[in-house]
Amino acid sequence: MITVFPETDRKYIYADRKDEPSLKMNTRGLRSQLKDSVPVTGLCPQAGPYGVQDSLRRGFSSVKNELLPSHPLELSEKNFQFNQDKMNFNTLRNIQGLHAPLKLQMEYRAAKQIQRLPFLPSSNLALDTLRGSDDTIGFEDILNDPIQSEMMGDPHIMTEYKLGIL
Amino acid sequence: MALSCVLEPALSGFNFENSTRNIVLENGSEEGKIKAPKPMKTGTTIAGVVYKDGVVLGADTRATSDEVVADKMCAKIHYIAPNIYCCGAGTAADTEKTTEILSSNLTIFSMNSGRNPRVVMAVNILQDMLFRYRGMIGAHLILGGVDCTGSHLYTVGPYGSMDKVPYLAMGSGNLPAMGILEDRFKANMDLEEAKSLVSDAIHAGIMSDLGSGNNIDLCVITKEGVDYIRPHKESPFNYKRQAKYKYKPGTTPVLTKTVTQVELELLDETVQMMETAGSS
Repeated sequence: MITVFPETDRKYIYADRKDEPSLKMNTRGLRSQLKDSVPVTGLCPQAGPYGVQDSLRRGFSSVKNELLPSHPLELSEKNFQFNQDKMNFNTLRNIQGLHAPLKLQMEYRAAKQIQRLPFLPSSNLALDTLRGSDDTIGFEDILNDPIQSEMMGDPHIMTEYKLGIL
Repeated sequence: MALSCVLEPALSGFNFENSTRNIVLENGSEEGKIKAPKPMKTGTTIAGVVYKDGVVLGADTRATSDEVVADKMCAKIHYIAPNIYCCGAGTAADTEKTTEILSSNLTIFSMNSGRNPRVVMAVNILQDMLFRYRGMIGAHLILGGVDCTGSHLYTVGPYGSMDKVPYLAMGSGNLPAMGILEDRFKANMDLEEAKSLVSDAIHAGIMSDLGSGNNIDLCVITKEGVDYIRPHKESPFNYKRQAKYKYKPGTTPVLTKTVTQVELELLDETVQMMETAGSS
């Protein structure tokens, strides 16, 4: 039985079994982060490459493992760009009125659609230029560059999935 | 079905896939808890002082990994821009990478705008970057530089905190170094006085802290340029090897020797004509 407390004051998540590994984490802001987060693949379900629970890499399957990530930064990093944009658009709306973020978001959506085929990595040049991140370097440009990723999805299956035929 | 093989595109940046596994490994067995290997720290003394014409930065040169000295001649004063240098304490890889990223960003900025970057820019970029990772990047930095607005000395902590002061010491040896600085710092010192003050502060850190040692590096930044003195003072405890430890050939006696001929079979022979320049 896992006890999960809602975020009223500082709360921790405990596992009842003594030998169940647990990271005592301050989960106070996590519910709000989870609420509008992009879905995190790999958290649920805990499937490994063959579709069953990968006990070596992910530990025993439990509700806690599937609900929350084990690293305190995982959620905030996953949603970082999304949260930055949200914050910036909100400030812009407060300063300049509704149409400023609306216009900008329209451009962002148009630029986001410029992609290659689903299994090929895209440079996102238009999106980067709009965001202003084309002349900055951060860890997301150095580590885990998707262009140099060692795994590639099966082209046929990914295209069919994208087109909804699958 | 086949849905399990449809991959989401890999996210760039830090990869947290192994964090669950690491926690499972660390908390796993009661008797022999498997400890994760500790990263190399710079367990350091770094200090900086603003003097009449600019900034003097100093650092020791020892890098430790748990209780072993991993590097006796480690360079802790990193280049950020032609007019800005940064001393780094904390996890060695973190300080190295963070300062490299900062330097790249400032170079792009200089190329875009045609101006020399200001020290406040470097500090702001660092603060944003370090706060984003909530202290997980263990970089305690002292930034010093001279720009069009004057000479500045800043410290940036791993959680993104910032402080602007005329004299500063960081690292595990910062307490003894700070003592020396507090005692002898004066505003508008001249160059030799400032150099000897920083050097003595680092020396105090080296003497009183196990994590600091070996030589002292100094970096003097002025409007005219940078003087990177490495090493400024060498440790008198540099030991020289007493004897040669290489073995002469023939030291190990050969007991037996067997020679086996590997029979290679010629399977296929092809001749390919090469296009030479004079042919056509």
